[in-house]
Amino acid sequence: MLTLEKRPQPSKAFAYLTPLIAILATMFFGGLLFMALGKNPFESIRTIFWDPLFGEFAFYYRPQLFVKGGPLILIAIGLSLGFKAGIWNIGAEGQYIVGAICGAGAGLAFYPMEAWYIFPIMIIAGALGGWAWAMIPALLKVKFQTNEILVSLMLVYVADQLLASMSLGLLKNPEGQGFPGSRNLKDYPSAFNDEIITGTGMHWGVAAAFIAVIFAYVLLNRHMLGFSIRLTGEAPRAAKFSSVNPNRIILFCLGMSGALAGLAGMFEVSGPSGQVSIDFASGYGFTAIIVAFLGRLHPVGIFFAGLLLALTYIGGEMAQGNLGLPSAAIQLFQGMLLFFLLAVDLLTNYRIKLSRKEAV
Amino acid sequence: MKFTKILATAAVALGLATSAFAQDKTKVGFIFVGPIGDGGWTHEHNVGRLAVEAEFGDKVETTYVENVPEGADAERVMTQMALQGADLIFTTSFGYMDPTINVAKKFPDVKFEHATGYKQADNVSVYSARFYEGRAIQGHIAGKMTKSNIVGYIGSFPIPEVIRGINSAYIHAKKVNPDVEFKIVWAFTWFDPAKEADAAKVLIEQGADVILQHTDSTAPLAAAEAAGNVIGFGQASDMAEFKDGPRVSSIIDAWGPYYIDRVKAVMDGTWESKSTWDGIGAGMVGIGDITDKVPADVKAEALAMKEALADGSYHAFTGPINKQDGSAWLAEGETAEDYGDNGLAGMNFFVEGITGDIPE
Repeated sequence: MLTLEKRPQPSKAFAYLTPLIAILATMFFGGLLFMALGKNPFESIRTIFWDPLFGEFAFYYRPQLFVKGGPLILIAIGLSLGFKAGIWNIGAEGQYIVGAICGAGAGLAFYPMEAWYIFPIMIIAGALGGWAWAMIPALLKVKFQTNEILVSLMLVYVADQLLASMSLGLLKNPEGQGFPGSRNLKDYPSAFNDEIITGTGMHWGVAAAFIAVIFAYVLLNRHMLGFSIRLTGEAPRAAKFSSVNPNRIILFCLGMSGALAGLAGMFEVSGPSGQVSIDFASGYGFTAIIVAFLGRLHPVGIFFAGLLLALTYIGGEMAQGNLGLPSAAIQLFQGMLLFFLLAVDLLTNYRIKLSRKEAV
Repeated sequence: MKFTKILATAAVALGLATSAFAQDKTKVGFIFVGPIGDGGWTHEHNVGRLAVEAEFGDKVETTYVENVPEGADAERVMTQMALQGADLIFTTSFGYMDPTINVAKKFPDVKFEHATGYKQADNVSVYSARFYEGRAIQGHIAGKMTKSNIVGYIGSFPIPEVIRGINSAYIHAKKVNPDVEFKIVWAFTWFDPAKEADAAKVLIEQGADVILQHTDSTAPLAAAEAAGNVIGFGQASDMAEFKDGPRVSSIIDAWGPYYIDRVKAVMDGTWESKSTWDGIGAGMVGIGDITDKVPADVKAEALAMKEALADGSYHAFTGPINKQDGSAWLAEGETAEDYGDNGLAGMNFFVEGITGDIPE
C-alpha cells in the first residue's frame, strides 16, 4: 500500500526536478489528449514546443516569445514578492489595466507634440497608476484588516469598467469615426514603445522585465527588506519578534506588485497592443499568477516560467492554425501544466512509501 | 536588415516556393474572436469557411485559429498565417482592425479581409452586413408581441454597430406600439454565457417579456425559456434549437456567398480592395423562420418589411427621426447616409424616446 510520509526536510532535488517532471507529464498526457482528438501526438507536441524555437519561421517566433513573455515575467516578479510574504494580490489584471490607461493617457495628453521626455513620463505614469490601484487593497488591509484577495480581485472588474469608459470617452480617438478606442500609439513616435533593436522583439517592457528579475534576486537574497519579506511568509511569529513591521511589508509588497503590473500594462499599450481599447485586457494579470508559481516564486524560475508559458501560447496558436487543434485543447494543455506542477510538488515535502498493510 | 524586410523576403521566398509546389491550392486563413462552437457570431463565420471548402474542394485549403484576443496576439496569429503561405486572410472581429492593417503592410502580396471595420489598404478590404435591417423586423415583431410593453436589450459594447441595432429595433417597435419601452443592459462582452444569462435574468425581472440580444451565445434564450412567457430571437445564427421555446425568429449572418466570391477573386487574380456593406437584398443578412408563436398578420407584416428592405423600396432609417436630445436628425422622408458626421457607420447617439445614456 502506498502512503505519504512527510519529509523531515523539503527535498532540494525535487524542488528543482518538479517543473521538469511536470513538463514531461504534460507532454505525455497532452499527447494522449491530442491523439484522442485524432492528431498525431508527436507532431502536435513538436509544433508546440519545437517549431516556435527551431522551426522554419523561428526568426519570427523567438522574438515573439519575449513580446508575450515580457509582461508575464514583469507582473509575476511583483506578485512573487507578495506571495512570499503571504500577501495575495490577485488583482494584478486591474493594476495592469490602470497602468496602461495612465501611461497611454499621459502620452496622449502631449499629442501631437514630439519630445524625448514624453516616453519617460509615460513610464512613470504607468507605474504610478498601477501602484495607486494596488494601494487601495493595501491601505484597506492596513487600516481595516480587509481581505486583500477579495478587494484586489473586485477592483479588476472596476478597472474593466474604467477601461471601457476611457475607450468610449476621454481617450477615444477623435479621428476614429465614432468607434471606441484611443489613437494608435504606434503612429505617435514619441509615445511608441518600439523595439530597442529591430527584429529582436526586445521592447522597453522586456528590458524592464530583465531588470526586475535582477532587482528581485538582489532584494530577496542580499537585502534586509527581502529577508523580512521571506520571514513574514515563512514564520509570521518569528517576524513579529524580530520587529518586522507587517504593515510596512504589506504596503511595500502590494505597492511594488501594483507598480510592476502597471508598468507591464503601460509597455503593452504603447508597444505590441498600441491602443487603449475596450478589450485591451487579455488576462496577463491572471496568467502571471500561474507564472509566479510555476517559477517557484524564484526570480530566475519566473523568468523561465514566463518564457515557457509564452511558448505554449505561441506554439498552441501554431498547432491550431497548422494542425487544426481546437483552442480548448490548448487551454486544457496549459491547465495540465499547472495541475501537474502542483501535484508533483507534493513530492518536495512528502515522499511516497511502500508499506505493508498493518493490522489495525 | 530591417525586420519588415526580412519578413517580406521570407514571404516572397515562400510565395515562390508555394507557387512552385502547389500552384492550384489557394490557402485561406480565418481568425476568430470566439470559439467556433459559440452558436452565434463565430459559428456563422465558420459556416462561411466550410462553405468555401465545399465550393472549391481540393483547390482550397482553409485554416483557422479561434479565441484570438484582439491586439498583439491577433497580429502574431495573422503573421503566422501569412508566413505559412496564406493567400487570403479573413479577420472577423472589429478589434482586429489595426492589427490587420499592420500585418498587411508587412505582407503586400497577401490579401486581407477585415469584418466590420473601416480601415482599408491596397491589400485590405472591409466587409460588413447591414444587421440593422434585421433589427427593424425584430423591432416590429417585438413591439407587436410585448404585453408588458417592456423590451429588454442586451448590448455587447457601445460601438456604432450595436447602437445602430438598438435604434433600428426601437424605431420599429415604437411605430407599432407607442407605449413600448426599451431597457438596455451592457454586457461588455461578445461571448460570455454566464454574463449574458445574468443580463437576461435582470431584464426579465424588470418586466421585459421580449429579449433582444447583441451577444453571441444562446444563454439569453435559455434564460428566456426558463422564465417562460418570454420570447427572444436568434442572434447571428438561427439558434433553431430554441424554436419550440422562446425563439420566434432570428437574424442570420450569411457570410458564405461573400467568402466564396472573394476566394474566387483571389484564384482568378481579380481581387481588389473594396468596401462591402450588404444587407438582406444581397443575401448577407438572413431572417430566420418566423415561428407560429407570432400571429399570422404580424408575420405577414414582418415578411412584407423584409421584402421592402430587400428591394430597397424601404430604408430602415427613414425620417422623421430625432436624436435622443430632441434635435432633428432625419427630416420627413429623408433616409440616413452611410457615412459622414451623421452617418450610420459611425452612429454614436440614440434616437428620441430611448431612455438611458450610451456608456462613456
